[in-house]
Amino acid sequence: MISKIVNDVQSAVAGIKDGSTVLLGGFGGAGQAHELLDALIEQGAKDLTIVSNNAGSGKTGIAALLAAGSVRKVICSFPRQADSYVFDELYRSGKVELELVPQGTLAERIRAGGAGIGGFFTKTAVGTQLAEGKEIRTIDGEDYVLEGPIKADVALIKAYKADRWGNLVYRKTARNFGPIMATAAKLTIVQVDEIVELGDLDPEAIVTPSLYVQRVVRVAKKA
Amino acid sequence: MKRISRDQIAERLARDIPEGAVVNLGIGLPTKVANYLPADKDIFLQSENGVLGMGPAPAPGEEDYDLINAGKQPVTLLKGGSFFHHADSFAMMRGGHLDICVLGAFQVSRWGDLANWSTGEPGAIPAVGGAMDLAAGAKDVFIMMELQTKEGESKLVDKCTYPLTGLKCVSRVYTDVAVFQIEPGGVVRVVDDVSGAGQEELKRITGLELVF
Repeated sequence: MISKIVNDVQSAVAGIKDGSTVLLGGFGGAGQAHELLDALIEQGAKDLTIVSNNAGSGKTGIAALLAAGSVRKVICSFPRQADSYVFDELYRSGKVELELVPQGTLAERIRAGGAGIGGFFTKTAVGTQLAEGKEIRTIDGEDYVLEGPIKADVALIKAYKADRWGNLVYRKTARNFGPIMATAAKLTIVQVDEIVELGDLDPEAIVTPSLYVQRVVRVAKKA
Repeated sequence: MKRISRDQIAERLARDIPEGAVVNLGIGLPTKVANYLPADKDIFLQSENGVLGMGPAPAPGEEDYDLINAGKQPVTLLKGGSFFHHADSFAMMRGGHLDICVLGAFQVSRWGDLANWSTGEPGAIPAVGGAMDLAAGAKDVFIMMELQTKEGESKLVDKCTYPLTGLKCVSRVYTDVAVFQIEPGGVVRVVDDVSGAGQEELKRITGLELVF
């Protein structure tokens, strides 16, 4: 009998190696795998490249991972937030590298990584600094820039419900990067609010089919 | 000349959004437009973080932080609304499925070039978010901004000096002084002199050959 359910967040993040590329789900706090991030800090993997929409705010979540000195490089679209002081300080002092990517290009690069696509041409960022040094091709009279896939060693995402095979459904806008990140990592680790019996998720409504998921852990929702 | 307020700019812009339009409102000033959309018309608000059919802010105490807008503020979902993942959300933009997006700007050129993501200052933390995708993909890009900087320089310019967000992407510019239409060949038409500034004053402020 296959069960991808693990008992606790420590087991969920076990074995993540130094130097890994890690996809971190979430848009701001929505969909962020907060408890898995805390477990990753404790687990201690260093020299990480993280891929995420934001670069953390306040002192918790991604900001805590950055503050722990675990991160070498951040690939993201919107690092600057009102209280993103942990990232700001590390970036200004040259302690963390930033690759800034337009949000849709970031999403599509992750999708491409999971879908076996070696690259794609997008019109986003043509004529801007973020397309400098990249191949431009004119297709049907319009200019496009070549972008490559993002593949990762690990994804840490949050979903609403899972079964023991790893089928997932999400909750509202907390879905965001979860479904595409699940496809692009060798080891996709999911924290969920609820684990349900096999067959309880409506097959028509499953967003992430089980084969993309390796580990599932239930984290009790805070009241 | 009587400049209009930010809320009045939002109200003026909202009047140009037709029923049935799919609209993305950028973070900051553009979110005000939502307050002036007519309640008797179906207008579909899309947000980059995976929602179509976004409704107004929830009542106090009803906030659900799994249901937020691009500015990460709690919102609601209208009947008929839907959720989708990020790659789908941006496919909607780049694929030309959005009728209108409303963005703020540092500068807009008479050619329709947009600069709104970076002032290029040393030490500034760069952040782009979805602005470049929206600029490249929406059928119409409406800009909402004050016409001048605090120092009195026009933000509607011959050529942008700040780093660009997109080339030839802006169709309309809604300001506290006038509404401008960007037309092919670098032509800027004044479609509504909302402040009553008059032709000569508008030309003086912008330093551009305007068409009325």
